[in-house]
Amino acid sequence: MLDNKVSCKHLEGLCAALDKNEYYQKFKAYRDKVLALGNDSLEKTIAIAVSLCLVCAVLVSFAAVALKPLQVNNKEADMKKNILDVAGLLEEGADINAAFAEKIEAKIVDLETGDYVENINANEYDQRKAAKDPAQSVAIPKEKDIAHIRIKAKYAKVFLVKEGGSIKSIILPVNGYGLWSTLYGFLSLDPDGQTVQSINFYDQAETPGLGGEVVNPNWRALWKGKKVYAETDQPSLEKGLITEADVGEPALSLIKGVVDNTKPGSQYQVDGLAGATLTSTGVTNLVRYWMSNEGFAPYLKKVRTAKRG
Amino acid sequence: MSAVLNDETKKVLTTPLVNDNPITLQVLGICSALAVTSQMSTSLIMALALTLVTAFSSAAISAIRNHIPSSIRIIVQMTIIASLVIVVDQILKAFAYEVSKQLSVFVGLIITNCIVMGRAEGYAMKNPPLESFMDGIGNGLGYSLILIIVAFFRETLGSGKLLGIEVFKLAKDGGWYDPNGLMLLPPSAFFIIGLIIWSVRQWKPNQVEKAEFKIMSIAHGEGGHH
Repeated sequence: MLDNKVSCKHLEGLCAALDKNEYYQKFKAYRDKVLALGNDSLEKTIAIAVSLCLVCAVLVSFAAVALKPLQVNNKEADMKKNILDVAGLLEEGADINAAFAEKIEAKIVDLETGDYVENINANEYDQRKAAKDPAQSVAIPKEKDIAHIRIKAKYAKVFLVKEGGSIKSIILPVNGYGLWSTLYGFLSLDPDGQTVQSINFYDQAETPGLGGEVVNPNWRALWKGKKVYAETDQPSLEKGLITEADVGEPALSLIKGVVDNTKPGSQYQVDGLAGATLTSTGVTNLVRYWMSNEGFAPYLKKVRTAKRG
Repeated sequence: MSAVLNDETKKVLTTPLVNDNPITLQVLGICSALAVTSQMSTSLIMALALTLVTAFSSAAISAIRNHIPSSIRIIVQMTIIASLVIVVDQILKAFAYEVSKQLSVFVGLIITNCIVMGRAEGYAMKNPPLESFMDGIGNGLGYSLILIIVAFFRETLGSGKLLGIEVFKLAKDGGWYDPNGLMLLPPSAFFIIGLIIWSVRQWKPNQVEKAEFKIMSIAHGEGGHH
């Protein structure tokens, strides 16, 4: 078993101190006694189980704590990369932190009024954490909770891409339940608050190859140029997931199969994910929820008016 | 020990590659071989992770093998394996974030990979630590070999790429190759592994298992009437 003499050579001082320690001597005596016991004795079974758990727990917690800063950095960089990506600003090999600091501005929005909140540091605010904090979040009434998220932060963190003083894109955080998991992503809109630029999901655990295709660049490209809010009444289509929407309401949906671009209303439709009806419904619902009055509609209205004025 | 590798070490290191391959002969660890092989990069990382976990868990279990109470033997093995897998997962999240996102749950599932348990129970419980470590490395390499072969076919035929670099120009980008979508789905790995097992057994007929049960030949007795 453990050979004290070898390891003690290098740590003489420590070993000498340990040898003098009364508890260490007791521990050593107990260890020798236990190791000499039969393998099937109750005492040895318990002693081995406890010490194994201790060693493994120390190993695991050491790895978790020591690597945490690196992991947090990775997550942050990944988030910035996703925001740059949805804004169409991601360049191969470019420094993500520099590009993010230069081009993207984070803002806090009060979801109820749609106004900017200036007294919170936007760079430090974490909307996902806030959603879990009862003081910073509100429960969503069941009949309105089409995205099945139950609770939302009062303030949302949006990102603006500005060029020459005017807004180029509005990037909104969205989330909602799919089939297995809550999908978290960003939806990027033109300054008209109506035309989609892009969407991406940075955190999801849908079925790989089916619902997991929400991250597929080819599918995401289909979103470009789609309209969020109905400009005329949108009747429900016979086939597919789309439901009626009145003028001014979010009408964007995923439908079953491929969108026929010649048909009226196709600007509100995106191809559903093949073999992933529930994920597709989830994406439709989360987009509709966050674009409704519960979500960013009040904010987008103010952005539009501000632009006109 | 005169040489760095003695005969036993050499044997445990090389036999799992073909003669006693964990996937093709022992048919263990199939689930992850299906799940992660649609790309070469994820397969390589998975292979490395599994090899390290098998090697270190075998060595650790072997080091304490004489003191493991038989009533909690499997739990002791699982605890060691699970701890190592969590450490590997944490390391991947810190140093290979993109790949760890793609591998997602499958790194955690190394815990349930039959190869790791199989080597712990079948070899490490009866042999000294160094040999057990090498046995783990050997079996990990055997697993890696199959994973790499499967990933090679799946990524080239499924997306016309290898390690993300284009090898066949795709038809949709103006090239000639129309990718086989089936290759990106898990069932294709079943076909490829099946073909590998078949070719290995053609090459080394002693790996063919004897049929446990033979259907009596009916054609023999009735053949003449038709």
